[in-house]
Amino acid sequence: MIWFVLRRAGSALIVMFVASVLIFLGIRALPGDPAVVMAGEEATPAVVAAIREEYGLDRPLPAQYVTYVGQTLTGNLGRSTQDGLPVSEILLQRLPVTLELAALAMLVAIVIGVLAGIIAAVRRGRLPDYLATGFGLAGLSIPHFWLGLLGILLFAVTLRWLPASGYVPFSEDPGGNLLRMLMPSLVLGAGFAAVLMRQTRSAMLGALSSDYVRTARSKGLPESAVVGVHALRNSLTTVVTVLGLQLGALISGAVVTEQIFVIPGFGKLTVDAVLTRNYPVIQAVVLVTVAGYVLVNLLVDIAYAFLNPRVRLSGGTDG
Amino acid sequence: MAELGVKETVAPVVSSGRADRRRRLWRRFRRRPLPMVGLVLVVAFLLLALVGPLVTPDPSLQDYNATLAPPSPAHPLGADDLGRDVLARIASGAQISLQAGVLSTLLAMVIGIPIGLVAGYYRRWLDPVVMRMVDVVLAFPFLVFAVGLAAIIGPSLRGVVFALGFAQLPAVIRITRGEVLAVREMDYVMAAVADGAGDGHILFRYILPNCANPLIVQATVAIPTAIIGEATLSFLGLGVQPPTPSWGVMLTIAQQYLDQAPWLAIWPGVMIALATLGFNLLGDGLRDVFDPRSAR
Repeated sequence: MIWFVLRRAGSALIVMFVASVLIFLGIRALPGDPAVVMAGEEATPAVVAAIREEYGLDRPLPAQYVTYVGQTLTGNLGRSTQDGLPVSEILLQRLPVTLELAALAMLVAIVIGVLAGIIAAVRRGRLPDYLATGFGLAGLSIPHFWLGLLGILLFAVTLRWLPASGYVPFSEDPGGNLLRMLMPSLVLGAGFAAVLMRQTRSAMLGALSSDYVRTARSKGLPESAVVGVHALRNSLTTVVTVLGLQLGALISGAVVTEQIFVIPGFGKLTVDAVLTRNYPVIQAVVLVTVAGYVLVNLLVDIAYAFLNPRVRLSGGTDG
Repeated sequence: MAELGVKETVAPVVSSGRADRRRRLWRRFRRRPLPMVGLVLVVAFLLLALVGPLVTPDPSLQDYNATLAPPSPAHPLGADDLGRDVLARIASGAQISLQAGVLSTLLAMVIGIPIGLVAGYYRRWLDPVVMRMVDVVLAFPFLVFAVGLAAIIGPSLRGVVFALGFAQLPAVIRITRGEVLAVREMDYVMAAVADGAGDGHILFRYILPNCANPLIVQATVAIPTAIIGEATLSFLGLGVQPPTPSWGVMLTIAQQYLDQAPWLAIWPGVMIALATLGFNLLGDGLRDVFDPRSAR
């Protein structure tokens, strides 16, 4: 187990190294003077000179890279060209918003997706199964942002039950925060619920026809215990795997959802930064996204090895 | 139902095993209702994208008497904020979607298949290197590519196609490599080796044709993903730029007029959902036909 974790962590570090090199080179591949790019188009020559000095932009590339990594590791991510605030401060302000949205969406997805998957598998070939399967197909085919628009159209414009957009921090107004997060998290969670439902259903179908479930039944256990304990536990590894695989989709989903509902999170920061060519911020959000992605994938791999001993014994999840 | 789409055009060629096989697969496919629905949706989408723009009015023509007009005989699906015909814009948008879906998938195949072939074939020394590189690519969420490309070359359809194509590469490489690893151990490959066939001949004459089926199925997964990807990026302003009518761009405009002209938000979304659903159903059906074991 220790070796498995160390090996996975090692390859995660390699990925982070490659990512940092790509981001570093990406900014320098832009046409024009990198100091001007980092300072923003309206910066004064003094500011440009200060940036050139700070990042050592007149020195050779390897030296610049060392400076870049050193500053990144000490939390200096540069300053936004829009308002001059330190990028690290902006990130600390925006990230919690997106983490809340992602957590709520995952909650929605797990509750709806796993329950629907279990019901579909237990009632296979009957009405609940068809309903759940249809929901699964629809969830795969309908893009988040359209679902969001339809939600606003129905619940905000027509019925006027929920606010169309906006955000209040949880610490200021917990009720208002949850009320405004309700529609975004349902919209973002629905697509993942569909994926989870399909995977849970097929894992449960496999488990329900297996020998150990037949044994459990023949011992005279009630059906609820057979389904809820024996079959479900063995289907949970699937859920963990799917959550890991869907992480990239969750990130882009959060970006889109924040854009629709005007939530000032990390995703909106990303889009705004690209549209205003705010390169220090772009550089930072890409780095943070890759780091988060690599970290969660590492945790998923470890959780997976923990739940399923075959993985760690055979030495990896590559298949 | 069965008459729609492709007819059985395969002529009874003299004892051609391949034509025989194709006919058998088509018969197996035709019996299932959902994949047939998928095929019809995909054919309708292709017609809309290829023929639609020829028969509808100019999608950038502005009719100032019809700004935000509801559906009417003059504008069957209504008109947008600048009085442009929504039906015409839907048809042009289909063309953009088709380009994004097909070009990005082609790009991934053209680059990915050769890499997968050589990685699987020279597995001793090339395979580990290629697969580690694939892991690195997989470690980047798709949106990061898209954001990076939009930041470097500016938001455009070209950037969208590159980002989507690059994001699909790992899947294509893995599938091709997996097939090569399985096929290279077959007796007929051994026979070809014994016959003195060169590596290139074996790869392209014997191994590549065996990769076709899983790659076709992969394309039916990749194209709808790319269609949604293009619409999403264009909706965010990171993809196709107005005034080019992409379905995503149309939804960006629609969001500003939700209370006055809700139908603007309906049509592009319905189109995205139907096109995606069509490819997904078709893909499920092809998977079942090519590999009867997976049919449930």
